[in-house]
Amino acid sequence: MSHHTIDLTEVLYTYPDGTTALRNLSLHIGHGEAVAIVGSNGSGKTTLLSHLNGVLFPSSGIVNIGGYPVTKQTLTQIRRTVGMVFQNPDDQLFMPTVYDDVAFGPLNLGLPPIDVEKRVTAALKTVGALELRNRPPYRLSGGQKRAVAIATVLAMEPAILVMDEPTAALDPLARRQLINLLRTFTHTKIIATHDLDMVLDLCERTIILCNGTILMDGPTIDIFHDKKLLDQAGLEQPSSMQSCPICSKLG
Amino acid sequence: MIKLESNWLDLRRLDDLANQKTFIHCLDPCTKLFTTLAFVMIVTSFSKYEITSLIPLTFYPIALMALGNLPYNHLLKRLVVIAPFVVFVGLFNPIFDQSPVANLGPLVISGGWISFISITIKLILTVTSALILVATTGINSICAALFRIGIPKPIVIQILFMYRYLHVLLEEFLITSQAYSLRSFHSSGIHYKAWGSLLGQLLLRTMARAQRIYQAMLCRGFDGEIRLLAMGMRTKRDNIYFVFWLAFFLFCRFLNIPQVLGKLLLEGF
Repeated sequence: MSHHTIDLTEVLYTYPDGTTALRNLSLHIGHGEAVAIVGSNGSGKTTLLSHLNGVLFPSSGIVNIGGYPVTKQTLTQIRRTVGMVFQNPDDQLFMPTVYDDVAFGPLNLGLPPIDVEKRVTAALKTVGALELRNRPPYRLSGGQKRAVAIATVLAMEPAILVMDEPTAALDPLARRQLINLLRTFTHTKIIATHDLDMVLDLCERTIILCNGTILMDGPTIDIFHDKKLLDQAGLEQPSSMQSCPICSKLG
Repeated sequence: MIKLESNWLDLRRLDDLANQKTFIHCLDPCTKLFTTLAFVMIVTSFSKYEITSLIPLTFYPIALMALGNLPYNHLLKRLVVIAPFVVFVGLFNPIFDQSPVANLGPLVISGGWISFISITIKLILTVTSALILVATTGINSICAALFRIGIPKPIVIQILFMYRYLHVLLEEFLITSQAYSLRSFHSSGIHYKAWGSLLGQLLLRTMARAQRIYQAMLCRGFDGEIRLLAMGMRTKRDNIYFVFWLAFFLFCRFLNIPQVLGKLLLEGF
């Protein structure tokens, strides 16, 4: 898996209750790209992410990661390649201490303890949370939890990072620190979010989902300039692109 | 609900206490676990009419609280929680067992009262020692010790997960019950008609969360086996600690120290 690409071909997914969340969706994401998946609530963002590491399998169509189809047989390899950061860090941090949690993945990979130690230290250092190593997860703030959740994934050394609403419920400072951190990553990044200002900072490409299909796929800057398109998708321009409400009143 | 919230904060306080770095905290968790078990076994092995011989054993919790820098008030407050339990266990002893055993002037003391007091002392001693174990070791280290002494892994993991998500569940319950109380004006507490849907909601949300946690575990290569890193090492200090306390417990068990001291005092004069 030298090329960390993602290919979805005509992917259709219907939940057991009959709701169709993805409708014949096709897309290609290349090596090292940073792509934002945006769209209103219920547009299928989380369902799409769940297909990228085999949490869900398509009802029809094919998901390819690095040239390998996502099937039960390739799952171990796929999950090693694709690191998934969940929306709620409490779901991701289940071990008694931060250290144990970050070590959980590398231990499952069957690494010797000395390598596990190295990886845990490196991952926690990257997210700036090394001093939290012995703390239990329930004693962390929202921003710290998010940082540690990312470290748990980084310790697996994935090539592709998939994140669901990484800036949700973060205070402005923690959000800014997270954005700065994500900017340093060279992984292929796929971020599902409502935080369009972050998208503007991090992702050169944006995909708008609407009712389980791709409404638009293109350069972030072009998409965010198209107010009509954003309206149609139930979104609005990032605040940094809107004219200042105070200045415009004065003018 | 404020009571529940304060209990929760209390739980977090125990964690804080366990994070200290005193001599007691730095001992191997296994040593502390075995010492506590030995203490509990010795205390419960006394006959049901024994009171005086139990008194010297209070030295153990008092010494540990002092060495472990534990606040007495905090632990004593927790003992109050078990008070009703003690009363119910010993409640019928004074009623059914009325055989006189001692006379204090005109006052006849029955065997029932003696055994009631004995049960109370035993419960206070055993519960305090368990609380001290948690407050000087922490749940995580205790679980690691349980695993090392051969308790099956699934049970240990269950305890760990339960403790981890107890906090999340409590938080969720607090928020839900707050939302309920903000929109119900008739009385304090939760109306019995609302309990069903409230707990049902909580159960459904817990199941959904369990599903998500399982997915998160799968994403990081979970294959049915949770690998715990080994913690703690038994050193010479641990052996000395254990042998010292065991000797003390046995000494208290087989020698009625208050009686011996009393005799010495009487013979001296």
